Amino acid sequence: MFAGTHRRIVSIWFPRLASDRVLRARPVEGPVALSQRIGASETIYCLNTSAERDGLHRGMRMADARSFCPSLISQPARPDQDARFLRLLRRWAERYCPWVGLEGADGLVLDITGAAHLFGGEAAMLADMQARLARAGVTAQLGLAASRGAAWAVAHFGGSEETLLSLPVAALRLPADTVVALQRLGLRKIGDLAASPRAPLARRFGQDLLTRLDQCLGHAPEPVTPEAEPPQFATRMTLPEPIGLQADVQAALERLLIPLCQKLATQEMGARRLCLTLRRVDQASQQVELRLAAPMREPARILPLFARGLEDVDAGFGIDQMRLEAVQVEKLAPPQSNALQNAAPGHAPPEQLADLITRIGTRIGLENVQRFLPAESHIPERAFLLAPAAFSAPQSGFTTPRPRPLRLFPPEPIAAQGTEPPRSFRWRGMRLSLGRATGPERIAPEWWIEDENWRRGLRDYWRVETREGRRLWMFYTPQDPGWFVQGEFA
Amino acid sequence: MLRDIALPFPLRPARVHEVCGPVASSFAACLAASVPGAVLWLRESWHSDTLNPLGFLPVLDPTRVLLARPANQTDALAVAEEALKDGAVALVVLEITRPLDLREGRRLQLAAGTGGSIGLCLIPEGMGSNAAETRWRATPVFDPRREDSTLMRWEIIKNKMGTLGAWNVCWNAQAHRLDLVSPAGE
Repeated sequence: MFAGTHRRIVSIWFPRLASDRVLRARPVEGPVALSQRIGASETIYCLNTSAERDGLHRGMRMADARSFCPSLISQPARPDQDARFLRLLRRWAERYCPWVGLEGADGLVLDITGAAHLFGGEAAMLADMQARLARAGVTAQLGLAASRGAAWAVAHFGGSEETLLSLPVAALRLPADTVVALQRLGLRKIGDLAASPRAPLARRFGQDLLTRLDQCLGHAPEPVTPEAEPPQFATRMTLPEPIGLQADVQAALERLLIPLCQKLATQEMGARRLCLTLRRVDQASQQVELRLAAPMREPARILPLFARGLEDVDAGFGIDQMRLEAVQVEKLAPPQSNALQNAAPGHAPPEQLADLITRIGTRIGLENVQRFLPAESHIPERAFLLAPAAFSAPQSGFTTPRPRPLRLFPPEPIAAQGTEPPRSFRWRGMRLSLGRATGPERIAPEWWIEDENWRRGLRDYWRVETREGRRLWMFYTPQDPGWFVQGEFA
Repeated sequence: MLRDIALPFPLRPARVHEVCGPVASSFAACLAASVPGAVLWLRESWHSDTLNPLGFLPVLDPTRVLLARPANQTDALAVAEEALKDGAVALVVLEITRPLDLREGRRLQLAAGTGGSIGLCLIPEGMGSNAAETRWRATPVFDPRREDSTLMRWEIIKNKMGTLGAWNVCWNAQAHRLDLVSPAGE
């Protein structure tokens, strides 16, 4: 980028990132520690200066820490939240230069080459960073040097670029065992290492050590990778005059949808859930949510689907701000051109069916539009699953060894005795007589699943055709004699 | 002489029909097998009995059935109207629990006319709507000759554009079609 120019790198280290984050949210006086569970014991993950003054340190067991310092305030560590906080700090640091990358889990690295003069020189820039971070309650150590490795070393071990050679070897970002081995050899400082012959070092410790040394001294390049901003699928619009008519809101929504869908198209994404926030003149806001049965990004298709949600909006004195966000997005490959437009019923393209499911879903809930999926079980009630159609794909593979009834109901007892189907019986107030019985088909309960309905044990299923016509699915429970009707071949 | 009339099945498209009787579901399944694409089956969520996809197997591929479970009949009618108007599914089956008034029946009829799909209401006995195109009664018949028979008697008890009639039919699982059976002893 700046070939031939002298690069200037700032490394920022946040030694107490986790505890600073917690204390920013809830400032308290006195010792504070965050605990982390490793194996069976709880140890200190991060702590503030007050706790350190009381003799606590990282990795100490919480039980010991509490006995040292009874007034200790502790709470469990949240590394995911810390990572989020660090990303926020990274965004903040972009105010100084565009090249900001993450350095491990608790640091940032900024390539300020050519940007320092905007803040009145390097010293002024560093002072500004330090002051702003201190005001935000975040402890930070800064290091400025010509290479990334040197900046890291200065940030973590103090000193300055000139005294780099007198810093300990640990400042080279080496594994702990390498550091110990180097110290045993008497190579305690970076200067010692730089002065010793390279070939024996490489043979003994591998190329990594020399790479780290070169990176620190600026002989080997180490670029700063700025993180890409995650794409934001949201558009907004502020209106000069408040609007209240449904047609106006529709028109404004269309103008929001078109850029949003373009954004989705460039990322090859499709919206699955959209949220429209309508802000009224009196500062109240209303939200219209749209859940789609399939990811999509065609404004012309999404707009009519919003119609039902917009009907319920109370515009009050008028709407003057609108914001449309794709809350949930999914990958959606570019579509193939389809020649089958406006096909006959039943031959409709799949998008038309997905749109229909969406429209039905806005009325009765998307999870109430279901499809059948096969399941691995001999138990009639569990031989299939009902899954929301919008979140599952059709699966074939329905098989059954014998005919099954079309309707299943909870078993209805009938008065009968014996292991053979009764000659005549009463069911639902009807007197039925046996015409033909096919069976039995024995089905054993699944002992690994606790099921209230199968308390009676084994079932012998019979397909019973009555002289009156009704074809029933009955079962007999030999372990606890009784007859039940469970289904009808309707 | 009733047998001389051809069975008006599959039903007239772009209209709403009704069927009652114990094997109304089988009637609906046979109709679903005769139309292409997905079938929307609407039944209210409070029913304790369930449709068994394995029971569809001889007649219809259960993966073609989309089951919508509205909370009450008002929602069910709204969804049925929406689906009929859209025409993305060729058949909408609606299980009815209270009688439809003329307005509701007429609205379904108009929606079916717009979308070109067939609507079929499964009605309890005697709960028909005047707007229905045809009304059928499907009852199972005991067949002493054949085992695993699916013999049914389909009667057309209301027909706006034709005559009434009755047929004995049987689903032929091998050929995957409906067989007309001449009534025994006639």
